[in-house]
Amino acid sequence: MSTIAHADHDHHDHKPTGIKRWLFSTNHKDIGTMYLVFSLIMFFVGGSMAMIIRAELFQPGLQFVDPQFYNSMVTVHALVMIFGAVMPAGVGLANWMIPIMIGAPDMALPRMNNMSFWIMPFAFALLLGTLFMEGGGPASGWTMYPPLVLQTGKAFPYLIFAVHFLGISSIMGSINIIATVFNMRAPGMTLMRLPLFVWTWVITAFLLIASMPVLAGAVTMLLTDKYFGTSFFNAAGGGDPVLFQHIFWFFGHPEVYILALPAFGIISQIIPTFARKPLFGYASMVYATASIAILSFFVWGHHMFTVGLPITGELFFMYMTMLIAVPTGVKVFNWVATMWKGAMTFEAPMLFSIAFVILFTIGGFSGLMLGITPVDFQYHNTYFVVAHFHYVLLTGAVFALMASVYYWIPKWTGNMYDEKLAKIHFWLSTIFANILFFPQHFLGLAGMPRRIPDYSVQFTDFNMISSLGGFGYGISQLLFVYIVIKCVLGGKKATSQVWEGGRGLEWTLSSPPPYHSFTTPPKVTKTLMDY
Amino acid sequence: MIKVRSIKRTTVLLTSLTILMFGFGYALVPLYDVFCEVTGLNGKTGRIYSSEASKLVIDDQRFVTINFDSNINGNLAWKLKADQKFLKVNPGKFYTVTYTVENMINEEIVGQAIPSVSPGIASLYLKKSECFCFRNQVLKPGERKKLIVRFELDKDIPKDVEALTLSYTFFRALKDSKTAT
Repeated sequence: MSTIAHADHDHHDHKPTGIKRWLFSTNHKDIGTMYLVFSLIMFFVGGSMAMIIRAELFQPGLQFVDPQFYNSMVTVHALVMIFGAVMPAGVGLANWMIPIMIGAPDMALPRMNNMSFWIMPFAFALLLGTLFMEGGGPASGWTMYPPLVLQTGKAFPYLIFAVHFLGISSIMGSINIIATVFNMRAPGMTLMRLPLFVWTWVITAFLLIASMPVLAGAVTMLLTDKYFGTSFFNAAGGGDPVLFQHIFWFFGHPEVYILALPAFGIISQIIPTFARKPLFGYASMVYATASIAILSFFVWGHHMFTVGLPITGELFFMYMTMLIAVPTGVKVFNWVATMWKGAMTFEAPMLFSIAFVILFTIGGFSGLMLGITPVDFQYHNTYFVVAHFHYVLLTGAVFALMASVYYWIPKWTGNMYDEKLAKIHFWLSTIFANILFFPQHFLGLAGMPRRIPDYSVQFTDFNMISSLGGFGYGISQLLFVYIVIKCVLGGKKATSQVWEGGRGLEWTLSSPPPYHSFTTPPKVTKTLMDY
Repeated sequence: MIKVRSIKRTTVLLTSLTILMFGFGYALVPLYDVFCEVTGLNGKTGRIYSSEASKLVIDDQRFVTINFDSNINGNLAWKLKADQKFLKVNPGKFYTVTYTVENMINEEIVGQAIPSVSPGIASLYLKKSECFCFRNQVLKPGERKKLIVRFELDKDIPKDVEALTLSYTFFRALKDSKTAT
């Protein structure tokens, strides 16, 4: 705890230099930057795997990779994108923005913050290293269902420990976020004045703390089943493989909201800024987010309608799933109502946000279709599912993250990004992402299963279109890297206000903000947030 | 302004919540077993003892079809076959059926059969007084053996269950494995 007391007295802007600044950093902005850079790297690692998958699926037959490697690409792509790209990006944004948004000098637990970041490169070294091992990487799908996953070769313990480390890292990040928001708000920053990004992250952090340990338990059971003769999931010893699916999805469904809720928060910051109106229905947004989080613990069965649940169970999970559409609908309507009669301008963050609202809603609707038990028997394990979760995760979560980078990068670097290039990046991303994932709905409805390297010839056309979209999307993301690097290196100086319609504490600090954000706590009054 | 003590308290509380949820993951295992036992979901069958067996009432107006199914798990070189495809039974009456098992390779192997009943609800009413799944089965190289199941179907079995399937899967036995019921 001494570091906190120290930070309190340390009003100077001095900081360690060179590699030590990053290795031993306890500064929320440095750690936030490292998280964001790490997640961008992982986005490209996972993206290259997606390119291999799409290249293999460009036409029927086996072209480039053998089925085992294909399956490990599918598995590791998912793990890298979920745990390496989307989650760390969210934690990075939280690190950067939460202290600034609530008027605090830094995060509550700076040392733990450093540790939670530096665990991640090691965890991914374990996971990605397995691809070069004898027997190849894990190829059971990211859901790690036994008994299949127990057939993984030498990669198995590496997979389990990587998941453990990633879980520990994200739990530490979450504890830090909650401790910061609950204890370090500036005077006058009451809970119901918190910016929505902060709110969604607090709720996400609780989801992480409640669900990640359950996953850790499940993978530990897998580990002892394989090496220590326990029979949690081994039918021969009186266990049940279906039990794993229950435990896994008890974690897994809250996990999808862990990926989505911070995105909701980002969108709720950006849309009011560019519509120049306060967020419509602030309180209902907070309650809707909390309801989604609570409901997410009671819907896991909709991932396993086909395992032979009793009819009452299927109905229960179906109705609970339908119920989630209500608070989600509240949020979508609130975003639209915020734009209604607003003085809108369409800079890159706003374009990504509007695309998010539309495309995430498409993903939400296909999710509703999947949530209807009788029809799920047709959609289960097909490309329809792949299309659904890529709409909510790529054009949903990732688009929101892209929006957030364009929105806050002038604040982070003190330079404006290249708006023209950013708009080109937006249009390329949106068009290619739809070419990539929309045809997959049709493939799924026509019966193409997931996780196979080869397919029947009647699926060729849509797969080719989808692959072309995939390559296009992949290449256009290089433009994003160029825009970010260009902005870091220089450009038009940003004012502290940056966006005319920006409201909140982050816009009262200089761009870039001082090394220690608020050394004297600002007074927060209601008017700060008003238009 | 920075409340060091309350940060400490929040951290301790959240860490305990983390540990609690880790425990909850493990608690789901016995909870699942209890849930399955009460609802019959997992298709695990029950036993019957002589004290109860003497009190059975036979319902000879009703017939329920029982289909017999047999499977071998991938890593066991055995053959298992039900000697009868199906049987029409009166609830409350004891029946004996046989399975034939054969070891296909030149090695002594210990196997364990795991039963499953579908639909799950029926498993609550299928009770066995004797079953080869109650203990491990040892087969010498190339040995062929008749296996016996003696069971009755409770007369309280719901009226809409007209047919059910009793399935056995043989696994290579684990060391110190629990025997199924």
